[in-house]
Amino acid sequence: MMLEIKDLHASINGKEILKGVNLNVDKGEVHAIMGPNGAGKSTLSAVLTGHPSYTVTQGEVWFNGKNLLEMSPEVRAREGIFLSFQYPVEIPGVSMVNFMRTAVNEHRKYNNLPPLSASDFLRIMREKKELVEMDNKLTNRSVNEGFSGGEKKRNEIFQMAMLEPKLSILDETDSGLDIDALRIVANGVNKLKTSENASLVITHYQRLLDYIVPDFVHVLYNGQIVKTGPKELALELEEKGYDWIKQELV
Amino acid sequence: MNEQSYIDLYKEHAADINAHGASALNQHREEAFKRWQEMGFPTKKNDHYRHCNFEQELSIDYGLNLKQINLASQTQHLFQCDVPGIQSYLRYVINDTYVQTSDEQLPNGIILCSLREASVSHKELVEQHLNQLAARQNDPFATFNSAYAQDGLFVYVPDGVQMDRPIQLVNLMNASIDFMGNSRNLIVIGKNAKCQVLVCDHASGTPHYFSNRVTEVFIGENSSYEHYKLESTSKQMSNVSSLLIHQSANSSFLGNLITLHNGKTRNNVHIDLNGSGCDCVLCGMVIGDGHQVVDNSTVINHNYPNCHSNELFKYILGESSLGIFNGLLKVQPGAQKTAAYQTNRNLLLSDNADIKTRPQLEIYADDVKCSHGATTGQLDESALFYMRQRGISEEEARLLLMSAFVNDVVENIRIDALKDKIHLLVDKRLRGEKAKCQSCSACK
Repeated sequence: MMLEIKDLHASINGKEILKGVNLNVDKGEVHAIMGPNGAGKSTLSAVLTGHPSYTVTQGEVWFNGKNLLEMSPEVRAREGIFLSFQYPVEIPGVSMVNFMRTAVNEHRKYNNLPPLSASDFLRIMREKKELVEMDNKLTNRSVNEGFSGGEKKRNEIFQMAMLEPKLSILDETDSGLDIDALRIVANGVNKLKTSENASLVITHYQRLLDYIVPDFVHVLYNGQIVKTGPKELALELEEKGYDWIKQELV
Repeated sequence: MNEQSYIDLYKEHAADINAHGASALNQHREEAFKRWQEMGFPTKKNDHYRHCNFEQELSIDYGLNLKQINLASQTQHLFQCDVPGIQSYLRYVINDTYVQTSDEQLPNGIILCSLREASVSHKELVEQHLNQLAARQNDPFATFNSAYAQDGLFVYVPDGVQMDRPIQLVNLMNASIDFMGNSRNLIVIGKNAKCQVLVCDHASGTPHYFSNRVTEVFIGENSSYEHYKLESTSKQMSNVSSLLIHQSANSSFLGNLITLHNGKTRNNVHIDLNGSGCDCVLCGMVIGDGHQVVDNSTVINHNYPNCHSNELFKYILGESSLGIFNGLLKVQPGAQKTAAYQTNRNLLLSDNADIKTRPQLEIYADDVKCSHGATTGQLDESALFYMRQRGISEEEARLLLMSAFVNDVVENIRIDALKDKIHLLVDKRLRGEKAKCQSCSACK
């Protein structure tokens, strides 16, 4: 099993958000996590990536047999966990090239590989940019600075392509995207899918799942996964809304 | 030593001071001494020196080289300081003694020599300019300098001459006992000329040093002058330096003051835009930790219309370091169509680090575009997490963010080799390594 989440409880500022999440993800799988606002979707991605604002109060998370909760955020990343941020951060003064080269070489160092030469790095960067149809001028700028919403999301997938993670967590990747940008981003994600990696697609709406087709759909509600089903569950949710789940629980 | 000691010292040794001083400086000495006697050294009651006075540092008993004994033979081994890749005309002032290290003749009538020599060989030129700017400063240290300084660098770039290489002046404090140096530089740029000066302040060994330097610069019409000051000294160093600039019409000035390692530093910059069409860019950066204190006190005076000035100072302060920024932007009556901008941005890395900032605008004209602002904050936590999520270590992420923070100041350097070098030195400094010039034994 790639990712095992067992009875995960987490809180922020003393308020418990995750109240016992259980989830297993194996390689080659795409899991969608859906749920109403405030259910804990983004908290789950923050806790899995080690955001310092959240405290895990109970439970375990195992990633390829290693205890994920004991690792710093950067070690989790180097182990192969990638988060496509809902709100990518602008970093003025840090160039995309410098940022990406530092990140790629930190991954390589972790895996006992020598740093990439400048020419190899630029070649790989060129290839990966095409994957998300990213404009050349964007990589010459500071990280996300002045990028439109769509460009930022494309940049996330570009970084994902550069780092080749084992587990990609896509947090509301569809928010703020028009239909063309959504298609490009989803295409990028699909092209990166292999039998060795897995994705956790966190979304509020079903529309993204037309493009990135999940093997499983989970409903997160009030800090717990309350329902799991095949991809058709997403359509059912779209049709009936989340109230249906709430009523079922009562 | 207290003030009285410096008064007694002067009275007792006035003959020596004059005998070994540049004659053009001697002319102003007595008057300056009298003025200084009335002022004394500033205390914290003096508003301009409230957060950065030198009372404690001045209580140390410093030696002075009033006979200007040439130390060149003892310090020959130090003369290797350079910024690799920079071809420069390199000159040294050891403590406050100009050291003749080269007899090379400069092309196109450029003069580069000691002020003492120039006072004789170019008497009129020197006397016409020397002390014209300093005398108007009501500043205790500049006035003390006029009383005590005996020598320094003289530069003259004739009309129409564009210098092919920068001048590099290394101010090196080097003594076996606590020591004071008062040096005086004069730079005169003709019309349609171009000159770049890089000043490197260094200190060798562990004695306490007090340096008090004044540089007067006259920029002729349509000329361009760049002044870079890089300080990498020691904890025992007190460094007061006054940069006084006179800009003629359509001239352009770029100043960049970079403080990486020091003890307590006060930079007084006073710029007068004395003609229309001037362009003035003044920037600087400070990286401080330990108990470093850096005070940049600047005045930009718009005396004529249609001038443009842009000021940018950035501080990264850690541990118990203290930064001070005083920026006064003055638009005089009649200086219409002035565009003047002033920015001070600060990054505080610890609870004990402190910044005192005072951005000031005084505008007496009505058709102008001016702005000023100061911000102080911490490293962006969300950016840190974003970078760590990409596998970049927390330490490396902090370095990238800090280096990005001062990036625009470094980018304001117009000598490529120097820019690359400063990028490197800043990076080293942020990593906590000594920012030494590669081959400068003074820094080792």
